[in-house]
Amino acid sequence: MNMLTDAAVEETLQSGSKPAASKMAGKDVTVHYGEKQALFGVNLEVPERQVMALIGPSGCGKSTFLRCLNRMNDTIDICRVGGSILLDGEDIYDPRIDVVELRARVGMVFQKPNPFPKSIYENVAYGPRIHGLASKKSEFDEVVETSLQKAGLFNEVKDRLQEPGTGLSGGQQQRLCIARAIAVSPEVILMDEPCSALDPIATAKVEELIDELRENYTIVIVTHSMQQAARVSQRTAMFHLGNLVEEGPTDKMFTNPDDKRTQDYITGRFG
Amino acid sequence: MTPGILTIIVLVLTMAGYILGRRRALAVAKRDGVRLHSLPGHYGQAVALFTAVPALLLMGAWLFLQPLLIENQISSQIPDSVIPEGGARSLVMADVRRIAGGLDRLVEAGSFGEDDLSSMRADFTSVRGRLAEVGVALGSDVAPAVFDAAESYRGIANTSSLLRNAAVLATALGFGFLALRRIRPTLRARNVSETFIRSLLIGSSLVAILTTFGIVASLLFETIHFFRLYPARDFFFSTVWNPQFRGGSDLGILPLLWGTFYVSLVALLLAVPIGLMIAVYLAEYSGKALRSFAKPAIEILAGIPTIVYGLFALITVGPFLRDWIAQPLGLGSSSSSVLTAGLVMGIMLIPFVSSLSDDVINAVPQAMRDGSYGLGATQSETIMRVIMPAALPGIVGAILLAASRAIGETMIVVMGAGAAARLGLNPLEAMTTVTVKIVSQLTGDTEFASPETLVAFALGLTLFVFTLGLNILALYIVRKYREQYE
Ligand SMILES: Nc1ncnc2c1ncn2[C@@H]1O[C@H](COP(=O)(O)OP(=O)(O)OP(=O)(O)O)[C@@H](O)[C@H]1O
Ligand SMILES: [Mg+2]
Repeated sequence: MNMLTDAAVEETLQSGSKPAASKMAGKDVTVHYGEKQALFGVNLEVPERQVMALIGPSGCGKSTFLRCLNRMNDTIDICRVGGSILLDGEDIYDPRIDVVELRARVGMVFQKPNPFPKSIYENVAYGPRIHGLASKKSEFDEVVETSLQKAGLFNEVKDRLQEPGTGLSGGQQQRLCIARAIAVSPEVILMDEPCSALDPIATAKVEELIDELRENYTIVIVTHSMQQAARVSQRTAMFHLGNLVEEGPTDKMFTNPDDKRTQDYITGRFG
Repeated sequence: MTPGILTIIVLVLTMAGYILGRRRALAVAKRDGVRLHSLPGHYGQAVALFTAVPALLLMGAWLFLQPLLIENQISSQIPDSVIPEGGARSLVMADVRRIAGGLDRLVEAGSFGEDDLSSMRADFTSVRGRLAEVGVALGSDVAPAVFDAAESYRGIANTSSLLRNAAVLATALGFGFLALRRIRPTLRARNVSETFIRSLLIGSSLVAILTTFGIVASLLFETIHFFRLYPARDFFFSTVWNPQFRGGSDLGILPLLWGTFYVSLVALLLAVPIGLMIAVYLAEYSGKALRSFAKPAIEILAGIPTIVYGLFALITVGPFLRDWIAQPLGLGSSSSSVLTAGLVMGIMLIPFVSSLSDDVINAVPQAMRDGSYGLGATQSETIMRVIMPAALPGIVGAILLAASRAIGETMIVVMGAGAAARLGLNPLEAMTTVTVKIVSQLTGDTEFASPETLVAFALGLTLFVFTLGLNILALYIVRKYREQYE
């Protein structure tokens, strides 16, 4: 535990103890990639307006589970998903669910910043445009500005909104991608190792941002950094070889985990 | 010894050089008890390269220069009296060369000793007959001066071949030994062979570049020649193309450029939309299995010789358009038309557009698609709003390359659109293009002296400038696109 600052521990202790309703829930989720099974009956509840961290060694199925939550796995031909995943009590794999609407409610930020080769403005306006959330120029302007502001990027880019998004630094690009996700007013934001391509300063900014976003959004974040999990999350789930090992308040997971594998992983003995 | 045998000998020496060099390197290292700087093979390579390269270069240069030098010398020997009225010295030189070759063959066939040759000198009438026996047919009896010239041609050629053989072998052996002697463990043999290989590669690329320059230079030269005989203003701005081989022709390029432009436009109007839709389908919608079958199948279209497309235009498309569209509408009665050539050329261009665009669309990073799907975009929204804009520069590049193919195409135009130069808007009328006229101005036996033939070079240069411009534009755009994701 020496790797955590006292402040961070205290933070997690306080927030982790808050009771919260479940926003999303996976029930007996199994995933196959062709013949290969990647998830074996995962049961996990994601509490509302909190940050949940998914940790575990490489290849254990964190990204796979995350991608199930907004059906991004649909874009992989060989991928089959079993069990059920609920969003506000509704099964998102139900044929009646429109995946377009689902992804507007459950947004995603990827490991590598992937702004479109368009202007900063157009990057943020993309989501509202395809979902018809704004129609007048002034409405677009407003959405773009508030989204960039929430992503903590507005002051840095307000003078060059028409310049290409690909011209920003890596950290700025990642915050642009977060702004892009926020612009469609999702309820849940999924983040797959959002800081792995960033330097420590950019990482700190994104972490700060995640902490602020928790007020309005439910966030699930995959991370390989134990410090990051401890700093930003209220609950943590540990995966191993396609199974959920254990899940609980972050402070408990880091101080007194039930499972030996969690203990070993957190203290760096494997993974 | 022919150059072929000489080359083989040099190559055998090269191989020997490799083996000896390798052995010597090992032996020297063992004797001195030190480590070799490079692998033993590198020393062998160095010796082999020193044996082969200078010798082969010398041989190449010699083969290139020898005929030029001999020709010069002999041609000054021929008195003006034997050159027929209105003929050229070069024609007589051609005879000299053929007679010399014939004599060589006679001697080789064994029916003939060197001394017989001198007796032949006395009796010219037999020369023609004897040469005919070995397949050298001469138009007229041989003048003594020409026969003498042929004799000395043979003499010089023989001595210089001997000299050549000696020089080449000496170079191979000399440089080989030198390289062998130089071997010691500290020699950086690896760098030697690396340098050699690099210069070889540079040399090869120089060949391509120099050839291009050569082509442009010869075009330019003849074009300047043309503009001395024919005013450039008329060439570029006259709207009439009417060559007369008796002189006094109108050689305005505008009708031809218009025809080229019109046919290419029709072709691109067909090829670009279809090609793009194929590309989008293959890249975004089709499964792996279908794609791996369909893509090569479409590319077969690009492998069909254009003359076959021409036949298709001539026999099928042309008559069809005439009978079902042109005549019922009263728009024309010719089976050759801009539309025929344009449509058939368009079919030919489809794979150029589809294959390149498909590659470009595929090169758009998957992260772009994920980003768009992750925001709830549908597949067609993703294609229209993210993938196509990202791929657009590359697609424009593909279209421009197809356009330069269209501009340079000849066969389909001759057979589909005809050969009548005309400035008009009716796509069901015959028209023609720059390339077709280049061919037709050069067909037949004329010297390159009149504006009517020289105009072909001016046309060619104009075309070259156009396609070069298009290609540079295409490359520029494609390059710009590449930078976007780096
Ligand atoms: N597109 C795919 N096709 C086939 N197998 C896949 C695919 N994506 C993931 N897998 C397999 O599923 C398993 C889980 O992968 P996943 O990407 O979820 O791991 P992860 O926990 O995110 O690992 P990491 O920390 O390295 O990102 C791995 O064994 C992987 O090989
Ligand atoms: Mg992952």
